[in-house]
Amino acid sequence: MTAVPARRHEGLYFAIRNGKLLAGLVVLVPLIVLAVAGPMFVEGDPNAYVGIPASSPSAEHWFGTTMFGQDIFAQFLYGMRVTFVVGLLGGGLAAIIGMVIGFTAGYRGGLVDEVLNMLTNIVLVLPALAVLLIVNAYLGIRSVGVQALFIGLTSWPWAARAIRAQTFSLRSRDFVDLARLSGVRTWKIIVREIAPNMSSYLFMTFILLFGGSILIAASLDFIGLGPSQGVSLGLMLNNAARWSALHLGMWWWFVPPGAGITAIVGALYVTNVGLDEVFNPKLREL
Amino acid sequence: MTLRVDDLRVHYRTLRGEVKAIDGVTFDVGDGEILGLAGESGCGKTTLGKSLIRMDGRMRLAGGAAELDGEELPIGDDHRMNPFRFTKVSIIPQYSMSAMNPTRRIGRMVAELLRSRGRQLDTDELGRRLDLVELPREVLQRYPIELSGGMKQRMVMVISTLLDPSLLIADEITSALDVSTQKAVARTLVEFRDRGFVRSMIFITHDISLTYQIADTIMVMYAGKLAEKAPAGVIVGEPRHPYTRLLISSLPEVGVRYTDRRLAGIPGEPPSLLDPPAGCRFRDRCPLAFDKCAEEPPVVEVEPGHHVACWKA
Amino acid sequence: MRRYFGRKLLVYGLTFLVAVTINWMIPRFMPGDPVQSMLARANVSQPAAVEAMRAHYTNLFGLDLPLWKQYGNFWAALFQGDLGTSIWLFPTPVTDVIMRAVPYTLALLIPAILLSWWAGNRFGAFAARRKWLDNTVLPIGYVLTATPYMWLAILLAWGLGIVAGVFPVSGGYSFAMRPNLSWEFVGDLALHWFLPFVSLFLVAFGGWAIGMRNMIIYELEADYSTYLSSLGAPQRLIRRYAFRNAVLPQITGLALQLGVLVAGALVTEIVFSYPGLGHLILQAIQNQDFFLLQGAFLFIVVGVLAANFIIDVVYVLVDPRTRTGMGGEAA
Repeated sequence: MTAVPARRHEGLYFAIRNGKLLAGLVVLVPLIVLAVAGPMFVEGDPNAYVGIPASSPSAEHWFGTTMFGQDIFAQFLYGMRVTFVVGLLGGGLAAIIGMVIGFTAGYRGGLVDEVLNMLTNIVLVLPALAVLLIVNAYLGIRSVGVQALFIGLTSWPWAARAIRAQTFSLRSRDFVDLARLSGVRTWKIIVREIAPNMSSYLFMTFILLFGGSILIAASLDFIGLGPSQGVSLGLMLNNAARWSALHLGMWWWFVPPGAGITAIVGALYVTNVGLDEVFNPKLREL
Repeated sequence: MTLRVDDLRVHYRTLRGEVKAIDGVTFDVGDGEILGLAGESGCGKTTLGKSLIRMDGRMRLAGGAAELDGEELPIGDDHRMNPFRFTKVSIIPQYSMSAMNPTRRIGRMVAELLRSRGRQLDTDELGRRLDLVELPREVLQRYPIELSGGMKQRMVMVISTLLDPSLLIADEITSALDVSTQKAVARTLVEFRDRGFVRSMIFITHDISLTYQIADTIMVMYAGKLAEKAPAGVIVGEPRHPYTRLLISSLPEVGVRYTDRRLAGIPGEPPSLLDPPAGCRFRDRCPLAFDKCAEEPPVVEVEPGHHVACWKA
Repeated sequence: MRRYFGRKLLVYGLTFLVAVTINWMIPRFMPGDPVQSMLARANVSQPAAVEAMRAHYTNLFGLDLPLWKQYGNFWAALFQGDLGTSIWLFPTPVTDVIMRAVPYTLALLIPAILLSWWAGNRFGAFAARRKWLDNTVLPIGYVLTATPYMWLAILLAWGLGIVAGVFPVSGGYSFAMRPNLSWEFVGDLALHWFLPFVSLFLVAFGGWAIGMRNMIIYELEADYSTYLSSLGAPQRLIRRYAFRNAVLPQITGLALQLGVLVAGALVTEIVFSYPGLGHLILQAIQNQDFFLLQGAFLFIVVGVLAANFIIDVVYVLVDPRTRTGMGGEAA
């Protein structure tokens, strides 16, 4: 209460001193760079048969080759890219749906809230992977985009619920009342007054959805319901398992893709906690 | 004397350095005295209250000492302070509405708290005190969520004073209440004192008119320092410090609640306590300021019991 | 409280309705003739079987009937426990196939969920605000919870199974054995059960530990904790209260995580060829056995709904606020 330094400045100050945030970003940023730029340095199709089958890591093939002589490093780079794309699209779509439903339910209240709440609860208890299994098996999902679409459509409920609760508490604040009294339209109030006041929260929600989408996509790919063309980290695990990499001792086939997923998702989670500590003064330790 | 505070200095550790929230405050509170502590937000009054019972993680005792009933109060040492808490010094916090564990029945929580301090719950006495604040005894079987705001407030008042502390700190306890409830709470506090549940009390509020109704003495703080301290009637009737005068004159009328965070009637803002200016801290806003104010005015006892820190007083 | 359960049951009822409808709708609104494409995709060699299946499915889909009647018949069959006939294991009814697999899945899931929840909460609460533990153990928790279930399963199978040779890495029991009630067989079951269980347990454990740690830090900062500290209450009491209050959102969290945990069990079973639902689903997909897949889907949905209901009951028992009818329930 006494002489609070400017908030923005303070946030930055804590951000560059927060170990968790830094650690998360130190892992995440290089991976993103790798996923974006990496494939440019790999010529041709990552699924092409380029080397001696089942050879262990060497100078020529950094991560070795598959049973069929595909370069695992090339697959890894492309797979990382696909992983980020799925996370971004799936998590992004889920965040958008969650925000629309959460804001509407929380701000409008009443019957709208009841209906949306019911919808949210239904999708919430419906096990997402099981639904995706059925949908993917029948429709035969072939592209990453469609996979991300379905993931987004099934993984928004907890976000909607959390955003609804936050909106609910902001709804009765003075500045919102003021905007409402001065005749500002509902959506403008939400976009201009409510959303900015929980922007950090929304961002953290997105991060969690991003990580969640990656894990769901990896599971689907692993079961064999992923995009049939191209390559992804989950698909690499699927192939490794299917062609008995385990029994053949080809650890270089199944270690990199799993490590890639774990590194991305783990770094996202750690970044998220770091951000939480930056945004929430109570969690800071001086 | 119940409480004697000598040259207390409490700093807040912040990114930009130490904020000198309390910068050398000396005062005492006598047996049976209710001291009203008033001033704007950020003047250090809440910090003062907290530092006498439990400093939070960012606070640091930078100097000075406190003495309670002739015994040193180790306010800078969280661990050594523990035996004093609740038994000798107690607090009714600002956040009475959420001060009780939501998932324990109140009676059980009180019993567990007492047991953890090595005391047994005196059910009869607790019941009598509940009667006194007009709470049905059944509240002990309830969860906090089942009580209204006013009931929670009274329950916390009873809990905090259960061990008859020498000093009770009541920190802005009325700011969340409506006017009639405020008055009832204030009357109850006086009653607690009269019945000897608490020996003395520091009543912290930004509402000087409410303070006037219950306090024997009023102490006005400004920017981490004592501005003026005198019997309540004197502070309201014939204040000496220009800040107190402005504070009193900016009240619409006695009895009406005063809520504005910054004083409407006094232009300007208090100085930053990060690196407070030398001299009188009020001088930038003071209508009477003159050259001498560049020097810091000492606290002078102008009349018995009337202390003022102003060259013009 | 009655209202609370009423709402919950309504949600579960509607969810079941939605699940069944999805199940009914997807094959019918797929482009093309579902029976034809199903038979074409099914790798069945005997012509007799193909004919029998065609008759069976045409009858079952009842495609010549009006849609509402098809839908009605679908429900009627469902209530008789008829989920169709498996293609992969033709002509075994889907219900039988699933019933054989379910005990294995439950044997993995239930201990893994309960133990990881219990241990994770204890551990997270213990680590919170203890600097040394917090800084060393927490990162491990984050890595664990970010690990895809199947990857940890693969690593464990490789490390402890193939390299170290301590545990078997495939199946629910040894090929050489026949299920019987002997200590030898039970021991063999346990040996096969161990790695899938540990793999599920570890990933879930990381999540609970972190969740609890974060939750309890909020609780230790809550007003009631500050008040107790101000009154000189010992840390022991404050932590006990904080734990109790932090457990409540963790119970809700358990309900939210059920879907993920089930998904984890499915992929873990696939890695270990463990004869539960996950393995079944993989076979169904590879053999284009849609009836089996749909049956498994419905089974999972019903299981998750039932588990949700149990959690609701537990929540009411644990959170006094729901019992006193003063709200406070998380949903």
